Amino acid sequence: MVMTICKVVLYILLAPIIGGLMEGIDRVVSARMQGRQGPPLLQPFYDVYKLLAKQTTVVNSIQILFVIAYTIFTIFTGALFFGGGDMLLVFFALSMSEVMMVLAAYSTNGPYSAMGANRELLQMMCYEPMILLVAIGFYEVHGSFMVNDMLAGQAPAVFKIPGMLIGFLFILTIKFRKSPFDMSTSHHAHQEMVKGLTSDISGSNLGLYEIAEWYDQVLMMGIVAMFFIYNNPVSYVIAIVACVIFYLLETFIDNVFPRVKYMAMLVSSWVVILVTAGTNLLILSVIN
Amino acid sequence: MKISKSPWVLHYDGSSCNGCDIEVLATMTPLYDVERFGIINTGNPKHADILLLTGGINAQTAPVVRQLYNQMPDPKVVIACGICSCDGGIFKDCYNILGGSDKVVPVDVYVPGCAVRPEALIDGVVKALAILEEKRVKVKESMKQGYCTVDYSKIAVRMKAEDYDPATQYDAVLTEEALREQAEEKIAATAKPAPKPAAPAAAPAAKPAEAAEPKKDEGGNA
Amino acid sequence: MNIQILKAVDFLIFFPFVMAVLMFCIKKASLLRNIVAGLGGFSIMITAILVGTKVLGTQGVTKNTFLTETAVYDHIIMGGEILLMCIVVFLSIKYKKYYAILLSMLGTLPVLWMDLTGQALEGSAHMRVDFLSAVMILIVGIVGILICIYACGYMKDYHNHHTEVEDRSNYFLALLFVFIGAMFGLIVSDNLGWIYFFWEITSVCSFLLIGYTRTEEAVNNSFRALWMNLLGGCGFAFGLMYCNMTLKVSNLSALTQLVPRENMLVMVPVTLFAFAALTKSAQFPFSRWLLGAMVAPTPSSALLHSATMVKIGVYMLIRLSPMLAGTFTGVMITVIGGFTFFAASLLAITVSDGKKVLAYSTISNLGLITACAGTGTTEGVWAATMLILFHAVSKSLLFQTVGDIENCMHSRDVEDMHGLIIKLPKLAFIMIIGICGMFMAPFGMLVSKWAALKSFVDSNSVWLVLFLVFGSGSTLFYWAKWLGKICTVIHQSYELEDITPRSEMISLFPLTTMIVVMCFAFPWMSDHMIQPILNEAFHKNIPNVIGGSDVIIMMIMVTMIFIIPIGSRFLAIGKKSKMTMSYVAGVNAGDDRHYIDSFGKERALYMSNWYMTDYFGEDKLLAPSIAISAVIVLVMLIIVIGGTI
Repeated sequence: MVMTICKVVLYILLAPIIGGLMEGIDRVVSARMQGRQGPPLLQPFYDVYKLLAKQTTVVNSIQILFVIAYTIFTIFTGALFFGGGDMLLVFFALSMSEVMMVLAAYSTNGPYSAMGANRELLQMMCYEPMILLVAIGFYEVHGSFMVNDMLAGQAPAVFKIPGMLIGFLFILTIKFRKSPFDMSTSHHAHQEMVKGLTSDISGSNLGLYEIAEWYDQVLMMGIVAMFFIYNNPVSYVIAIVACVIFYLLETFIDNVFPRVKYMAMLVSSWVVILVTAGTNLLILSVIN
Repeated sequence: MKISKSPWVLHYDGSSCNGCDIEVLATMTPLYDVERFGIINTGNPKHADILLLTGGINAQTAPVVRQLYNQMPDPKVVIACGICSCDGGIFKDCYNILGGSDKVVPVDVYVPGCAVRPEALIDGVVKALAILEEKRVKVKESMKQGYCTVDYSKIAVRMKAEDYDPATQYDAVLTEEALREQAEEKIAATAKPAPKPAAPAAAPAAKPAEAAEPKKDEGGNA
Repeated sequence: MNIQILKAVDFLIFFPFVMAVLMFCIKKASLLRNIVAGLGGFSIMITAILVGTKVLGTQGVTKNTFLTETAVYDHIIMGGEILLMCIVVFLSIKYKKYYAILLSMLGTLPVLWMDLTGQALEGSAHMRVDFLSAVMILIVGIVGILICIYACGYMKDYHNHHTEVEDRSNYFLALLFVFIGAMFGLIVSDNLGWIYFFWEITSVCSFLLIGYTRTEEAVNNSFRALWMNLLGGCGFAFGLMYCNMTLKVSNLSALTQLVPRENMLVMVPVTLFAFAALTKSAQFPFSRWLLGAMVAPTPSSALLHSATMVKIGVYMLIRLSPMLAGTFTGVMITVIGGFTFFAASLLAITVSDGKKVLAYSTISNLGLITACAGTGTTEGVWAATMLILFHAVSKSLLFQTVGDIENCMHSRDVEDMHGLIIKLPKLAFIMIIGICGMFMAPFGMLVSKWAALKSFVDSNSVWLVLFLVFGSGSTLFYWAKWLGKICTVIHQSYELEDITPRSEMISLFPLTTMIVVMCFAFPWMSDHMIQPILNEAFHKNIPNVIGGSDVIIMMIMVTMIFIIPIGSRFLAIGKKSKMTMSYVAGVNAGDDRHYIDSFGKERALYMSNWYMTDYFGEDKLLAPSIAISAVIVLVMLIIVIGGTI
């Protein structure tokens, strides 16, 4: 129990730092790939500090409520995961927090926000199946949905569910809002949607949103790490190395691919999920 | 930590010949790479700290510039880029040009040039950062006094169908202070919650105030 | 004690018929009618709750079986069957839809022949009130009666708006009560002949209710509902005859005692009953009757097509599910259910008529229940029963709210619900709770879905898992975008007059409370309502499907959902923010809904939701899914029935 509380507290304290650094690294690496110096590593922290210091303009009084709910539920979701809770419950809580964000955008009644909200929902429709399948994959391997039980596994899950990992990396591009699939809102200065989902969110509200995104990123990397972790301490090192590699891979993809149309995203993600994760699940069920 | 470490920029073209705009975009390229200073071109007034204006202001763009300015959260700084934006430039006496940007919004930094050089522009932004920091302190004080807490939407919600007149709703050309005064007046007028519209006949009559033609495609942008 | 339950059950079956006669006699909408309906309705509800709690309170196995000597009742039922057939024949001739006569006779006459020639078995108990019946009695008694009470107020408003429709609301209300009586009858009957009789009553009742407005569309849709349900009825009739004449079994409970592995013939009636259940629960390929049923006034949609009637089908499947485990029929039923869940949720994205979205979502959720019951595992039945409970409450609430919104705004289109939270705040909040109950995390539907997922994984049915995960994605899409429309805050808007009568609030308020309370009562319900059913059906205890720390975490989530809005009221969150208009590229014309175009003219701006009709539209997806599932159903029937012959 004490152990769990420690883990949760550590997550709540460290996740924003790690998430912010991850984003900083992403921005620096992107800049170097484009042949420029790029911002300082701590730039995301400067940005959020500034946003929190600024005046907040809102379009209506419930918008801020949804953003706060989004932040709280995202942190809660991560705490559930790092506290060793039930994987399915983690993902259900995650989708709830996402819905809160979508509602925040809907409630503004702005054209760019509403477009962003619709696109975000479509993105959720794309990655929701994969996220549930990942939980099922872990269940097939370890016989339990509890993260704590998975940590005590006999062999890394990736040996049995490599297809799930590929599928998950694919939807990670959507989740991280990286380039071929950064439709609802983007980290880049894409102008066609202004800022999509976050168009009408400003000041400390936007700061909260950014922080929630960091928590979310750390949670996602935590799930990637789960593919490699088993009861051997060395596996933690391997997991961290894998996370770094996959994160840089996402940055690379972000810089290489142009954005696609939304239907291409839906079709490609569902096909990839079916082919990789579906086949993997089928093989597992035959073996078991 | 200073907030000037991450100035986000909104770029708006009043009515320029596009020379300055090209230079503004050039500063974003790898050669000048303004992201070194944390500068990002956001394209959204609600995220921006600095409003970069190019070109003189004409009758059509004046309300837009004011509205963009109003939608930016405090503290905010306005930079006039290029000579046209500073005082109208060679277009100064054209029939439709009101003059420089300072005719419609308070300008903090003037960056001359035709077209403005990226180096001069970066210098201007750096000057603006100092002003931004100053303004932040002021805003912090005024926030403590309960300044900037007007709830426009509540007024809007209390409106009745017969109150709605598109002609009077065009407040985009008002400055921030005027907006606030207007809002405070309205709040004072509706201090007590307005009685609900009693006559059921009012409901169908109000329908036209709704969207005129619902479009079912994904567009509908301005 | 047994006598008391028998008396109460008798009351539950017969009193609604008495109420129907009373309702029919009070022609005009008046206070008197509301009072009579209210008193009668609540007495039925209280009796149902008493019976339900009493049965659920018993330990171990229920032994409430009644009525072994039933010659008199059998004659009444035989007369009733002939009467039903006559009604169908008369109306079919009147509207020149002769195929219905054929189907009606095909189902009824052989059964009559069997009864009259004395080949039907006698001597076993005709009624049985076990745990599953008790749960169903609670659903019908509470949800069904609330809808009837709602209908009294609704029909008055309905006829105020729809002056072109002849006011026959007395007939409508009478039918609703007949329906409730038939539902109780069906739930407590154990004799297959009796079940068949009540089954046919519900078919004919729904037919009459759908055709209420007598417009051409209503008549066509009602006949579509009739022939599909009668087709299912034929399947049921043949199953019934096969049971009596070949297997020498006359009771449902006796049928489920047989072991399929010892006698393959058992699967023939089971498959036929399952087929009948598919038609009743509007699974693909029989979904179109439920979509057509939306032409009827809202209470009938709420009662028949979401809360109770379609539940009969899945109720039958749950009864049969111990037989279905590991059989070919079971696999086929789960595949149809899973496919329906997925296809209907995609279709629900593409429609903007509020009632139609609800209809597709009903079909989709029933698909999930069907799939759960078809797996025949204990977890599957657990999930199916939970889904039935939560779905009945949430969906009837949603239907009623949409009906009220339609009365207030003269439209039930989702797009017209833009900014509902400002226009009709009270109804909007009820609607939000109802929608959240359908798909949000800690609410019942999602928890049951979670259990369903577990049961599919455990029973190793990969295809079902895939259907479920992809279906969940699209389910999320159509609910969330509806929720978004409601939550949009539009400026320069004003409150519409809420004309919802108090009598309707009597129905809406308890249902809303139930959704919230059921979130918290969830572990208790699992222990005291579902667990006994599993013990009885599978004769074994299963560990809690969701237990321990998860329940606590879910409680925390529910609490958070309610605390965040309440907390923000008291704390100064967001009070210091400055209000602006939403960003419309700097050209707002004073509010969020108008902008200045390049000619300086003011134009209206409106953001529609995505429907993606080009990709999943009804014209693209409906026909193929019906064809695919029709093939699956045919294959099932041919292999099982052809195989035994």
